[in-house]
Amino acid sequence: MQRSNKGRALAALAAAGAVLLGCSQNSSTEIAGAGATFPYPVYSKWAGTYKQQSGVGLNYQSIGSGAGIKQIKAKTVTFGASDMPLKPADLKEAGLVQFPMIIGGVVPVINVKGVTAGALTLDGPTLAAIYLGDVKKWNDERVQKLNPKLTLPDTAIAPVYRSDGSGTNFLFTDYLSKESPAFKDKIGANASVQWPTGIGAKGNEGVANMTTQTDGAVGYVEYAYAKQNNMPYALMVNRAGSAVAPSAESFQAAASSADWSHADSYYLILTDQDGAGSWPITGASFILVYADPPDPKATAEALKFFAWAYKNGAPMAAELSYVPLPATLTAQVESTWTAQIKSNGAPVWKGE
Amino acid sequence: MPVANAKHAGRQRSGEFFFRTATLSAAILVLGLLGGVALALLIGAWPAFSHFKLGFLTHELWNPVTDEFGALAAIYGTLMTALIAMLLAVPVGFGVAVFLTELCPRGLRRPVGVAIELLAAIPSIIFGIWGLFVLAPILQKYLQPWLIAHIGPLPGIGHLFQGPPFGIGVLSAGLVLAIMVLPFIAAVMRDVFETVPDVLKESGYGLGATTWEVIWQVVVPYSRVGMVGGIMLGLGRALGETMAVTFVIGNAHRVSASLLAPGTTISASIANEFTEAVGTLYTSSLIALGVLLFFITLTVIAAARLMLLRLERRALSAL
Repeated sequence: MQRSNKGRALAALAAAGAVLLGCSQNSSTEIAGAGATFPYPVYSKWAGTYKQQSGVGLNYQSIGSGAGIKQIKAKTVTFGASDMPLKPADLKEAGLVQFPMIIGGVVPVINVKGVTAGALTLDGPTLAAIYLGDVKKWNDERVQKLNPKLTLPDTAIAPVYRSDGSGTNFLFTDYLSKESPAFKDKIGANASVQWPTGIGAKGNEGVANMTTQTDGAVGYVEYAYAKQNNMPYALMVNRAGSAVAPSAESFQAAASSADWSHADSYYLILTDQDGAGSWPITGASFILVYADPPDPKATAEALKFFAWAYKNGAPMAAELSYVPLPATLTAQVESTWTAQIKSNGAPVWKGE
Repeated sequence: MPVANAKHAGRQRSGEFFFRTATLSAAILVLGLLGGVALALLIGAWPAFSHFKLGFLTHELWNPVTDEFGALAAIYGTLMTALIAMLLAVPVGFGVAVFLTELCPRGLRRPVGVAIELLAAIPSIIFGIWGLFVLAPILQKYLQPWLIAHIGPLPGIGHLFQGPPFGIGVLSAGLVLAIMVLPFIAAVMRDVFETVPDVLKESGYGLGATTWEVIWQVVVPYSRVGMVGGIMLGLGRALGETMAVTFVIGNAHRVSASLLAPGTTISASIANEFTEAVGTLYTSSLIALGVLLFFITLTVIAAARLMLLRLERRALSAL
């Protein structure tokens, strides 16, 4: 009951917005999607340009990957977005098709007096120990050992985490679980976990604000949020043992080793990849649509937008330090659409 | 003439009847609304209560992804923040009221009184923003490190003040609440103290009593009922306050031994999560939290009533 009310309210809002913007003839073809906050900056940038060119708007609610998966399963939206890929078996059960849209990185951000962006280096086990509550102060020897040249204050570390179900949580906890057996045992990897310590904040925006606000805080946000807010980030020691800075290049390096062609349903997690230049908390963001869509027209519109974004979106993505997918991969995804997304036996998307 | 009188009387009667019906329906409307709210809450909360049963009250786990919900952390946070607020606000409010009615120079009485009433007029969202941006950094830098260093090591109560100083948390929320409920408590207490007849107080002084003795043995017993009323008004606000608490409590579904740790309250959880609650169980669990708050507030008011009745009876038997 709650859900349908919300859906109706959303539809009403969308319609009102369309009328206000004076493009009422397109209100029926507005693409509705919901999910991950991680790719939200780039989706909204794409949507703005796409609307100017095609007149079709995107109504994307960045409510978190967990909620996005639930929304698509409830069929209130045309597509769901998640940074946590669904397992092939789950996809089959729900009748969904999944494909990657963009690659980005999760970045630890800090608020330590006297420590500027990129001055502090952390590694997986230490970050896990901080979030487990084992490393309590910034001048703890485990942090100090990674930063021999830095004078770290005797300030308590305030870990800030995402309190909502989120793909950023999944990437972060997946990485920490790979790096720290204790973290895997006590917390594990999921879109929402039980943190033993720290402050909860909602969304990437909330974590960014709370970290900026609290002295001694450490948080984790999608790189675009750290960049836009000029937040001091930390370098991470990757699997190869070298300290890397978050950037489009280091995300690209992590993504380059990914073998998409052999991944069933594109189920691939890019955290903790090999390679000297790889950013360890890299992840792809995925789109979920129905294999047999309840509204084929709307799904066709959505796929048209995604195809446009694959083709034209790369420069905009790079501006926000996301990594666009390579052409071979987008071609593979488009052939997946024709092969798997069908209505009455005919493919919903017929190419451009 | 008698005809006119009868007419007049008839008009009076019909007026009376109309007035009676109007007031009666107003009273019934309130009852109906209360019943309707309770019924709607119960219906909305039913899926959560029937799914988790009593475990809903005893579990701390709150995980929207795996659809497991327990209200323990929220209940604890609600009661604890309200308790801290009352512990701080009641003595201060009492002091303010005594000062204003008994000790304050006449010229200062109005300005101080108005200032306290103005404090009550500040919207709660302002308290929230102020709490997060001004109070929390001060607490984190000065008060909390002091508490950790000096009270933390003490046996017995030490565990309440251990752990890292985050600035926000249960204690900070309690402090903001204390400031918010203080004007209610102070204003009500001042008003009831002012109703104490001067004759009573003067006879006290005439017998050679000190100011303290007059306040404690004449003013307080005389205005006990009103004082409890003021405290309950404050407590009611502390239990239900949403926005200000949401800002400074840290939004963590955890029961921690330390008051410095982040936590959550019932109303803060609802405000934070209702907009994005998807699925029947999640929404229903939040409504179930609402039922619990309704129940807690009702219990508090009922307890207050009961206490007042007892006080009155004891006062009567003492006469």
